[in-house]
Amino acid sequence: MTTENQVDRDQIVARLTKRRRPGETAIRVFLYLCGALTIATTIGILYELGTESFLFFQEDEVSLFEFLTDTFWQPQVGRFGIAPLVLGTMYISAIAMAVAVPLGLLSAIYLAEYASERVRGFFKPVLEILVGVPTVVFGFFALTFMTPVLRGIFGTSVVDFFNVASAGIVVGILIVPLITSLAEDALRAVPDSLRQAAYALGASKFEVSTRIVVPAALSGIAAGFVLAMSRAVGETMVVTLAAGASPRNFEPGVDPLFGYILNPFEGAQAMTGYVVITANGDLSYNTIDYNSIFAIGLTLFVITFALNSLSRRFVKRFRQEYE
Amino acid sequence: MSISAPERKVREYFPTEDEYQGLLDKRSRRARLFQLACLLSLMIAVVALATLLYTIVNDSFGLVAVVNERDPEAIVADLGHEPDSVALVDLEFDELVGLLETTVGSGVGRRLERDQRFYDDRLVFESEEEWAEICSSDAPPEGCTAGPRDHSNVYALVLERVVVQDVIAAYDLVPSIFNPSGFEEEIAAGFEAGRFGEYTPDQASVEWRAWFNLNFLRSPQSATPEVAGIRTAILGSAWLVLITVLFSVPVGVGAAIYLVEYAKPTRLNSFIQTNINNLAGVPSIIYGMLGLAVLVRIFEPFTSGAIFTSGVPPAENGRTVLSAGLTLGLLALPVVIISAQEALQAVPDSLRHAGLALGATRWQTVRSQILPVALPGILTGTILAMARAIGETAPLILVGAASFITSDPTGPFSKFTALPIQIFQWTSYPQIEFQKLAAAASIALLLLLLTLNAAAVILRNKYSRRA
Repeated sequence: MTTENQVDRDQIVARLTKRRRPGETAIRVFLYLCGALTIATTIGILYELGTESFLFFQEDEVSLFEFLTDTFWQPQVGRFGIAPLVLGTMYISAIAMAVAVPLGLLSAIYLAEYASERVRGFFKPVLEILVGVPTVVFGFFALTFMTPVLRGIFGTSVVDFFNVASAGIVVGILIVPLITSLAEDALRAVPDSLRQAAYALGASKFEVSTRIVVPAALSGIAAGFVLAMSRAVGETMVVTLAAGASPRNFEPGVDPLFGYILNPFEGAQAMTGYVVITANGDLSYNTIDYNSIFAIGLTLFVITFALNSLSRRFVKRFRQEYE
Repeated sequence: MSISAPERKVREYFPTEDEYQGLLDKRSRRARLFQLACLLSLMIAVVALATLLYTIVNDSFGLVAVVNERDPEAIVADLGHEPDSVALVDLEFDELVGLLETTVGSGVGRRLERDQRFYDDRLVFESEEEWAEICSSDAPPEGCTAGPRDHSNVYALVLERVVVQDVIAAYDLVPSIFNPSGFEEEIAAGFEAGRFGEYTPDQASVEWRAWFNLNFLRSPQSATPEVAGIRTAILGSAWLVLITVLFSVPVGVGAAIYLVEYAKPTRLNSFIQTNINNLAGVPSIIYGMLGLAVLVRIFEPFTSGAIFTSGVPPAENGRTVLSAGLTLGLLALPVVIISAQEALQAVPDSLRHAGLALGATRWQTVRSQILPVALPGILTGTILAMARAIGETAPLILVGAASFITSDPTGPFSKFTALPIQIFQWTSYPQIEFQKLAAAASIALLLLLLTLNAAAVILRNKYSRRA
């Protein structure tokens, strides 16, 4: 009797224990590998930027100190100071932000606080289309529209054909939709009770927007600004086409600051521009040119990574405030 | 006395009726101005988009001044056709080849034939013995293996070699419509200033030209802007998208399924998630460097196809469609994952619980319950990610898209060019004709993107109606 019971029990236990399913496991492993591939990508990026940059600094002509402090980027004569390229990138990004921050923020305020559904239905798709236009087309636009317009306004003797202003303005137009959509999300996330309270105290819509909603959404808006800055720094085609291919080498203290170093109407190669121009054509491996683009890539990666992390911290703070 | 004191105080603190009205007006004026400024900012975005499109269209059409070495009508008449009813492009294949045979010198002809032969069964410029000798040499030219030229290819050759059309000046669309005489004055002034070299004014004829036309889409790339087209680039872009989709969709959706359906909140899994968000913010040019250093260089035997062709070293040394497609695939991956995750998270938990309660395994639940519901959302995100990948230029330049290539890509291991690369190259040439070509190629690229985006919108609408 007991043995019979025992057999029953064994059968039941066997039926209830988890069956091995090799198919399920295989799928699970495959899906896991898909996720793990993204980590492999990151490792690949870090490894390849790291090793090639290391090789670059191993070259006799280059030292890390010179790379960080020299103000001349002239590979032909063996001067590798990244400052002129960083200057180009940062200057273009600064102009872009000067264009995009007011436009993007005001647009976002309009969309979030003022616009009716119909108005939103018109403007939102326009912004989405602007996001979808490839940057190389914006580069064409900068060269065939913005540059001639600037030269028409300020005179061809003042404005060079390749200039920082044209590139900066067009990059600004490019990042407006990004700022608008991120800032609008942040504004919409502000609880309505804050608005209602302000209205109840007699505030106008302008006062509610600028003194209640925008300050309340500030960290979310700032996150959008920083992310847009990161996008501007990494932007490639517009700066390559419109800002020219010569780095703005300068002698600190000797060259005039506003006449030359910060002249918006002269060209200045950006980091991304240098990488593209150098890689365009047959680039042989293990040359100093080949290694130099990775050193610049690493610099670019560090800058954008820092900006993206900063942006995420802002977003986190914003979430904590309202969730 | 005791009553008047507080009265005075009241007046100090509270404005009079007029003052109050004035303050109110000021406030509402400021509010109206602010609203106007906001609306204007939005308008600028619209104006920018409109100007962009205007610039491109304006540059793609318009009057041109051309100098033909031989008049196409005279050529057609010489062959015994009626020039009014038969255009040069309507001529038979054999007639076009005949024109080349009689016009082009034998040296150039042989070179053309070595690039690509005219007939499968016979040679036009080369002799059979010599051809056999060339093709059995160590480095046979492409013509030995490639298929014969087609009609549009030969027509482009005739334009390039027989008619020898040269666009000496070009006008934009809007002035062409409203001020056509201005163009003629400009040309006359140009001749006066000697800007057109050896040409004389009576050689030049003004005609209408649509740079964006069917022939432009059909012709291969050429160094002569008058006959250059974007077929090579369109096919290159098509190959790129194919490889990108084949790589990033299965992997991206797989990773999203893992993260949403399987992953427990361990530290590793949250690291994967953070990492994906980080990757989405990496500039595209850095993906290009990854492609160059890893796919093109380290994986060269694989991406150049050397391990598949057993021994024959391919000439492309890893700078192939495959490398570029995989690079774009890695670039699109985070975007695909994030949008697929959103689509999966939008599926209600009740479906998961119901599936599991009925005894289905996790994968069975995912495959037959969750994926079908999330599919439209995943598709929409994927299409948008592909639309972005098509427009990417910088990574392609880094992995070595050929700047000049006239033969169509034939497989994953061919050299390639792509639409954005063409636009970039043409934009950076100073001649006006190339600028026009860049504008026309931009139209083609934007139309392609518009189609993709429209597909995404249609899917999204269908999806939201069902939900």
